[in-house]
Amino acid sequence: MIEIVSGLDVIWRNLPFLMIQGFLGFGKFVGGTVRLAIPAIVLGFILGVFIGLARLAPSRWIRLPATLYVEFFRGVPLVMVIFWMWFVVPIVLRRPIPEFWVALTAFVIFEAAYLGEIVRAGVQSVARGQVEAATAVGLTAVQTMRHVVLPQALKNMIPALVTQFIVLFKDTSLASIIGFMDLTKAAQVVNNREVRPFALYLFIAVVYWVCTYSMSRYARHVEQRLSPA
Amino acid sequence: MNYTFNWSVLWTGESGQWLLSGLIVTLELSGLAWLLAVALGIVSGALRTVKFRPFRAVATFYVEFFRNVPLLVWMFFWYFGAPPFLPGPIREWMFDHGLEFWAGVTALGVYSGARFSEVLRAGIQSIPRTQMEAAVASGLTTFQTYRYVILPVALRLIIPPGTNESLNLLKNSSVALTISVTELTFQTRQIETYTAKAIEALTAGTLIYLVLCVGVASIMSWVERRTAIPGLIAHGARRR
Repeated sequence: MIEIVSGLDVIWRNLPFLMIQGFLGFGKFVGGTVRLAIPAIVLGFILGVFIGLARLAPSRWIRLPATLYVEFFRGVPLVMVIFWMWFVVPIVLRRPIPEFWVALTAFVIFEAAYLGEIVRAGVQSVARGQVEAATAVGLTAVQTMRHVVLPQALKNMIPALVTQFIVLFKDTSLASIIGFMDLTKAAQVVNNREVRPFALYLFIAVVYWVCTYSMSRYARHVEQRLSPA
Repeated sequence: MNYTFNWSVLWTGESGQWLLSGLIVTLELSGLAWLLAVALGIVSGALRTVKFRPFRAVATFYVEFFRNVPLLVWMFFWYFGAPPFLPGPIREWMFDHGLEFWAGVTALGVYSGARFSEVLRAGIQSIPRTQMEAAVASGLTTFQTYRYVILPVALRLIIPPGTNESLNLLKNSSVALTISVTELTFQTRQIETYTAKAIEALTAGTLIYLVLCVGVASIMSWVERRTAIPGLIAHGARRR
């Protein structure tokens, strides 16, 4: 009982640090779960669209590298990819790179492989007649993709996409391994000082849960609204 | 880029030994966590489809809470947070037998169990309702229905998505390095620390993971062919 009360007290006193520095990313340190997750989701999705379309390209020389890319990154742990970026990018660029950019690059490259598969499945789910009709009215291949196929594919992809965004959101916690001050790292820092692991880690678990669960509820809502009655 | 490659660091010194022991720990960790995850997944996945509401509520809470929180947080929770609340003898045994390893098994198993549970639930829901009704009509209890009719079919239907989850579990075991379990990623970093040859060490670790994933995937596709239910598998695959 005393344990719980003192745990709550520790959380209460460190709440600004945990939430503003760790979760949102404003403060002395470079960090923030949200500040990493949002650009990672946006950029990962953009790269994923290109990878997904490359997997469907008529030319084998575009299709093959895209397939290898997807198969490679889906067979390797994210932690490994983060370490690759952490050690190898500074060697190539000959200067140290801030944790934020290391983590962001690793997430974008890694998640694009998974998002690319979702995009591919989405595009393949669009009826063949749509492409034929668009070609018949005189649209070019790019116009067909941009104005006819992708808008419909996107609708079919929404549930799978949101699931993957949730995975990405959770994965941002791994940025703490290389010292990025996200929510997990912030909890570690507070725990090193106050030694209340049970309360602190359970608290951040609840914070993560509230975010991911509301994302999945929202996805279900959108899915129901878009599905033909 | 001014980097001199020296691939011999991988077979000189203790590197080979470290990689091998890392591989063994990864396999032990993943294997034990897999058993735990499958057991939890079957129980909670089945409970989510029963009529009795409290069972469904407990299983839903487990799945929704554990699967929506990052594995890394669970690693820290089970390693730092949970042990003080364990009963004395279990705690003693864990401290004597490598607390970080058992915390890693628990974290990975309980987390993946929630993900397996969703897969199994989808499998159970893809079985025609009439199977259940026929089993109940022939006098089986609910437990017997699940044990002898529903689960044997569901488990065979979910092999493809189950393989995916098993591979996720294997890859996720790398997160255990954060609580200093000496698994493959940990040993890869150790080689990097001792030799300052990052590219060589990471290449070795990455290749081992790729081989493991391809290996597991091909074993599972063999199992899938062996256990295929004639005329049913296509049905299960279409429903995902």
